[in-house]
Formats: sequence, structure tokens, C-alpha cells
Amino acid sequence: MNGNEVEREGSNLTNLPLPPDDPSARVLRGAPAPVLTSHTAPNARPRRPRLVLKRPSIGERVTELVIHGLAFSAVAAMILILVFIAKEAWPILTSSAIHKEVTLAKMWFAQQWPGYDAPEHVWQPVSEVPKYGAWPLVVGTIKVTFISMIVAVPLAVGAAVFISQYASRRVREVAKPAIEFLAGIPSVVLGFFALIVMASWLQSIFDFDSRLNSIVAGIALSFAVIPVIFTVCEEALGAVPRSYVEASVALGAARWQTISKVVLPAAAPGVAAGIALGLGRAFGETMIVLMASGNAAILSANPAESVRTLSATIAAELAEVVFGGPHYTVLFTLAVLLFVVTFGINFIGDQTISRMKRRMGVSQ
Amino acid sequence: MNMQVAQETAEAATGSLSVGKLAVFYGDKKAMGPVDMEIPGRKVTALIGPSGCGKSTFLRSLNRMNEMITGCRVEGDVKLDAEPIYGPGVDAVAVRRRIGMVFQKSNPFPKSIYENVAYGLRIGGVNDRSELSGRVEQALEHAALWDEVKDRLHESALGLSGGQQQRLCIARALAVEPEVILMDEPASALDPIATARIEELIHELARDYTVVIVTHNMQQAARVSHHTAFFYMGDLIEFDRTDVIFTKPRQQKTEDYITGRFG
Amino acid sequence: MKRPTLQASRRPRTGDAILWLATGLATLLVLAVLAIILFDVIRNGTQKLTLGFLTKAPAEGMTAGGIFPAIIGTVELVILMTLAALPAGVATAIYLHEYADPMGIPTRIVRIAVNNLAGVPSIVFGLFGLGFFVQFAGGGIDKLFYGGAKVYGQPALIWAALTMAVLTLPVVIVATEEALSAVPRDVRLASAALGATKFQTIVRVVLPQAVPGILTGAILAISRGAGEVAPILFTGAAYFLPSLPHTFHDQFMQLGYHVYVLATQSPDVDATRPLLYATVLVLLALTFALNASAIVVRSRMRRRFSGAHS
Repeated sequence: MNGNEVEREGSNLTNLPLPPDDPSARVLRGAPAPVLTSHTAPNARPRRPRLVLKRPSIGERVTELVIHGLAFSAVAAMILILVFIAKEAWPILTSSAIHKEVTLAKMWFAQQWPGYDAPEHVWQPVSEVPKYGAWPLVVGTIKVTFISMIVAVPLAVGAAVFISQYASRRVREVAKPAIEFLAGIPSVVLGFFALIVMASWLQSIFDFDSRLNSIVAGIALSFAVIPVIFTVCEEALGAVPRSYVEASVALGAARWQTISKVVLPAAAPGVAAGIALGLGRAFGETMIVLMASGNAAILSANPAESVRTLSATIAAELAEVVFGGPHYTVLFTLAVLLFVVTFGINFIGDQTISRMKRRMGVSQ
Repeated sequence: MNMQVAQETAEAATGSLSVGKLAVFYGDKKAMGPVDMEIPGRKVTALIGPSGCGKSTFLRSLNRMNEMITGCRVEGDVKLDAEPIYGPGVDAVAVRRRIGMVFQKSNPFPKSIYENVAYGLRIGGVNDRSELSGRVEQALEHAALWDEVKDRLHESALGLSGGQQQRLCIARALAVEPEVILMDEPASALDPIATARIEELIHELARDYTVVIVTHNMQQAARVSHHTAFFYMGDLIEFDRTDVIFTKPRQQKTEDYITGRFG
Repeated sequence: MKRPTLQASRRPRTGDAILWLATGLATLLVLAVLAIILFDVIRNGTQKLTLGFLTKAPAEGMTAGGIFPAIIGTVELVILMTLAALPAGVATAIYLHEYADPMGIPTRIVRIAVNNLAGVPSIVFGLFGLGFFVQFAGGGIDKLFYGGAKVYGQPALIWAALTMAVLTLPVVIVATEEALSAVPRDVRLASAALGATKFQTIVRVVLPQAVPGILTGAILAISRGAGEVAPILFTGAAYFLPSLPHTFHDQFMQLGYHVYVLATQSPDVDATRPLLYATVLVLLALTFALNASAIVVRSRMRRRFSGAHS
């Protein structure tokens, strides 16, 4: 125990003040116990160990301060992110130079452009008359997210149920790491796979008008979302107390009834958390859509058409913009939108989940 | 097997269990048996013995709950009113609808009180709301819980006290209308007042159900049961009317146990 | 409700069969996707995967040569990123697990921040890197130390590394917290009972036992660093550089970015294709190796503390 210079006085064996005529005190101190009379001067008493923890040294205190400071790096990061992207987007509200070309209203309301029959939402920043209609981008994002979720949720939850309820230990030990590996595949690789392999394959089956469209991007995106949902759901399903399962079996429930009526409902908050996490991931994903969605800002309900999402737009166009110009500002505005919406999805997700937990009567 | 018990079994109504050479193995190790026992219907039978003697294992064989443990093997047979519950053509799920179980630690679902009791009915195919409410109320009354919860049926069951939760589990088991109710130390986790209520309840239940209860509390067995079986080290040592077991047991080991010579 | 007969029907219950089939099918599909991707990449990528590929620079407009600079750039990026992310992440986890009041407001704020940080879209990180690191910090450094010349106020290795560090912060925090929780409570109590301060207990007893978990977090962060593209698009990655980066303010090439460029901006798609596949294969092999080592580290850690919880 070197380096542990304890600020103890007297005995090493105790740091509690003992009553003066306690026999053990006498034994421990190896000295006659003092008799408390009025003549006994205080400093004639043998020194007793103080009941204090060792006081940390200066070096320790400083390090602890550093730790406490660094602990707020995540908070600082969130604040800084919002501040700095809002800072670059701010001119859309204030700058008259920017307003000549675009305003928030112009982004969200249909505008009458020269050469068009009626007011429309058009995103065409690089053209003689720059157009910044943002709805095609929002609709594109929603389309891709929606498609990826309707593919990912059944597959991920289904696989989670199978792995946690039916699979033998050996199957589980192979399947779980495999799906974890799927989670680790960089999104650029998934985008590559969608662009080079999947698009042609789907095209040969369905013969889309556009080879790269929201269906291709949505399916590729689901590959990234599935492991996210799966991991959380599988853990939640596995955490359902065995007593619930036993109770259900003892009542004569068939296996599928126990799973669907007891295990899944009990794991519902976890499943919801997984889905919310997947939704956030799908919404903000960049590389897969950048490579596989066709990158055409078309406003249409047809899933087989090319789309442009918010994140892909920013990624694709920021390299060519004039620093500080209207296009630059609009892109940062879109980034603020992305940030806020993702934050909102997370927040609503968390609230819903804690409400679900409370309703189940679980004391978490 | 005692002659008098056999006679009483023949007179009793449905719900009797007939156990023949029942033995339970975990892998190669024998945990219990072989045991022969005739459990009379519409009576309370207590299983007593020191911990680890196999009484809970025996109980769990009566509704095939042992099969939930991997590596568990059962030999011999058990018959519910002459119908075998083991065998290649028998459905374990159906067995558990007719032989219900209440566990040592109450395990209500994280659902409302109503939904807990209705669960067994729902999985049995009952979905008509009026029928459900009627049978839920009936089950809760049989379990002596109705008055306490009738105004908060849709609140979470996890908000009830320990004793109430256990009575809820009993109500849940009763709702399915089994013929036999198995209870594995149902009051061991409860305070004396709650325990007394459960014991009262067991007494009333015997009017309509066969009850088999495992207990480590000998006084409880004496209070509550009509017949008692004494297990020791995986074997059935003695099975007789409760008053006989506790006043003039035939086996030395039985006498040693009930006089407290070993725990 | 009729009394069910005890006889079992010959075929299995419909409900059981349906559920088992449906969920099994879902699992199979998910695994099949993984298998198809791997199979395709391995089949097409091994053709060009030679030692020369790994040690040469790209040539002839990306239709020949290798990916050596991308490998080096990735390594440098990842090292800097880890040096930045580990202290901050470990400190945050220590604070959350050892010092903070679990119900307190600061704790909740930090947790909310960590959870949300994990959900921020990667392109937003890229913009943050551009706005904060490149322009604000870099521009500031230029004004103070270089008299306004553009040295740090442009895409650079250091800024990309710091941006990635912020992105992977949650990964490190979560992994470290898991490791700290795995250290059993009685060990801490024993240390305190011997008269150690909280700090000493953490440094001498808890952290050493938590190293495997921290390592797992670092490995997972590195895996992201090798493959993430969006955050480094505007903060330092480059398509082709004549020389390797050797200062903090140089640009760099990276494996993920290289895949992106080869796939979308190649002048001669057919010629580039084999190289593209080979690059993807290298990236996937690296990801696989990192994930596998993380799993090994994690399972060895779990075995050591099986059943023990603080």
C-alpha cells in the first residue's frame, strides 16, 4: 500500500475514537488508558486517529477537475454544433443581400418561376434563376425513410424474436455477431453495393423508369437500419423476466401465445426504443442515399422515381458553393432543420418510452 | 398405500391424481423418485420435507412444468382421473389448462389486474367482453381479492402488495377453471397476516378444487391439509391422513422430521 | 371454454408453426443480405488484391495503381481521432459512473447530450467541422500565428480528426461505462476500506480492470473512423494527393472516401471497377478484423466478471 500516507495518528488498526477506559483501547495503544480527571492535560492523551478519509493531493484535485470538465464535452459538442450551423444559416433571416435571391418563405411556398405554367416547388440552385424550393427534398427524405422502415422493422423485430425466443445457443452465437458485423459495415459500402449491384438487379426485375430511385435507396438504407433495431430489440426481449414466461406456461399458453401476449408486450419499451433509434438513423443517413437515390430533386409520390434527400443535398452541393452566399446559407439552413428534426425524433422517442415503462408499472 | 386413503379416493369426486413410479432425472442424476401416490380429489394434500428433498420437483411433474428445464427427464406416469398426462400423444399445454400452478414468488404480468386474470381466458379463446368481466370477477371473488381491487381493475398489477399479488396469481389460475391447483410454497414470501389469509383461502378452495401444496412449514401443513406426504432425499417416505402423520407416523424418519430432529 | 382433451393433435399448433416460420425467415433474410454482400465483394475484389495494390499509389486517373496513400491517411486520421476521443470519452464515463449523482440535473443533461450526439446525422457533423473547426478555429489560428495566410483555415487532417472524435465520442462513452459497471462493487469497497481516496480507487483499481472495455470502445471508434465519409467530406479528405500528409494541416486520403469517389466519379467505370471492388474488400476486411477483435476483447472481459456486478 505504498503511496498511501494515511493521515492517521496513533494506531494503525483503528481510526475510531475509543472510550478512554475501554480495555481494548488499552491493548491497542499499548499504553495505559488515560484517566479523565480534571488534571489531565489534553495533549497528555495519546493521539487518536481522526475519522477522516485521506485528503486528496493537489495533483488529484486538479485531475478530478479536468475529468469533470471533460465530462461536459458531449454537452459542449451539442451546443457548439447547433450554434455553429445556426450561425452560418442565420443570414437567411437577416441578410438583405441573401433575401434578393431566397428567403425562408421562398423555400417553403410554391413560387412562380419563369417558364413554368403554375407556381411550383422546385429545387434548382444552380441555374440562371436559382430556385430553392425545399419540399422536394423533404418529400424525398420521407419517401426513402418510409421505405427503409417498412422493410427494416418487420425483418429486424422478427429476427430479434427468433434469436431471443427460438434459436439454440449455437445459432445465436453465430447470428448475433453476424448481425453486429452488418452494423459495422460503413454506409459508403452499402451505398456502393446498392449502386453497383442492387440497382441493376432490381432494374432487371422491375424495369423502373429511373435505375436509381427511392426504392433502391430505401432498401439499401434498411440494411443499415436493421442491425440498429435488431440489437436493441433482442436485448429487450432477452431481458423479460423468466417468471412471466413461467406464469404464462403454467396457465396453459402455447409457445406463440406466450411470446406474442407476454414477452413482446413486456419488451415493448425496448422494442419502441430500437425502432426510434432506427428511425433517427434512417432519417439522417447520407452516403447511402447520396449514392443510390439518383439525386434528382423531384417532387412526386411515386417511389420508383429518383429522389434527393436533405442530407444528400448538403453533401453533394456544399463543395461547389460560394462561401457565405445564398446557396451556402440555404444548405446550412437545411442542416439546422435536420439537426432539429433528429433531436425531436430522439426526444419524442425517449418520452414515449418512459411513458410506456410507467404504464407497465415497472419501477425503472 | 394406505387402505383408508384408497377408500376415500374412491368416494371422492373428480380431480384425483394417480402417480405411478414417477421419477425425475436431470441428465443422469436422479433428482426424485420413484414415487407412487394417490392424491385424492377435492382435498388438500401437503408435501413436506427438508429443503432439497424433491417435493418441489415432484410438484412440478404434476403439470409437466419440469419440461421447461433443459436436460430434465421424467419416467413413470401420472394420471388425472385415469387420463394419463404423460405419453407421446398427450398435449402438455392442455394438461396445464386443467392442472394449474401458483408459484412461490408471485409473478403477475406487467399488465392491469383485469388483464392478468383475463389472460388465461383470452388464450383459451374467450373474447366476449361480458363473459370475460363476469369470469374475472368470479375468479377474483374466489381468491378473496375482489373487494380490494374492484375499483381499480385497470391499474397495474405490480402496484399491489405482496399478499395481494399472490392472491391475484391464485385468481389468475382459478379463472382457467382447472381441476387441480398446485401451489409451491405460496405463502413463504408473505407476512403472517397475508399468510393467514392464503391459508383460509386454501381451505375454501378445497371445496371445488384438488389442492396440492408444497410447504416447508409443518404447522401450516397441519393446519391446512387433509393428507400429507413426507419426502426425504428424493424419496416418498410416508403418505397418510394429516392427523395420522402428525400424531402417529409409521416411519421413524417421519417422526424425526416432525419432532424437529432435523430441519 | 370447453375442457380441452389431453390428446395432442398430430401436427404442431398452427400458431406456433407460423410464428416460428415467419421469424426464422426474417432472420434468414437478414443473414442472407450480409452473405450476398460479402460474397459479391470477395468474388470481385480478390482479382486486384495484390501486395502491390496495398503499397502503391493510385495512377492513371484511378484506373491503375493502388491505395497506399488512402491506407496511410486512414491510419493517421484514426490515430489522431482516438487520441482526442479517448480522454474525453473516458472522462465523461468516469464522471457519469463514479462521481455524478445519478438523479442530479448535470447528470441528466450529460446523458441527454450523449444520447442525442449519437443520433446527429453524419453530414451535420461535417458541417459542424467546417463551421467550427476549419473556419472558426482554423481561421483564428491563421490570424494569430500566420498573419492571415491560409494554413489551418482550410480542410486539414487535424480538423477531420477532431470532427470524427466528436462523432465517435458516444461510442467510447458507452463502452467505457459498460466496463466501469462490470467492475464489482466489493473491490471498490475493499479499496475504500483500506483508506484510499475515491480518485485512487478509480485510478488504481477500477480503471485497470476497465481497460478491456475501453479498448472495445476504441476499436469500435476506429472502425467508424475508417469508413465514415460524410464528416470528412469538407473537413480534410481529398480525392488524389501527390504526397502523403506529414503535417496536421495537410489534406489526406481515406479508404471510405476513396470508395465513394471511385464509385461515383470515375472517368472510366469499367476500368475502375476492379480497383473499386478491391478497395471495398480492404475496407471490409479491416472492419471485420476490428469488429472481431472487439468481440474477443468483450467476451474475455465478460468471462472474467461473469455474474459480478457493481
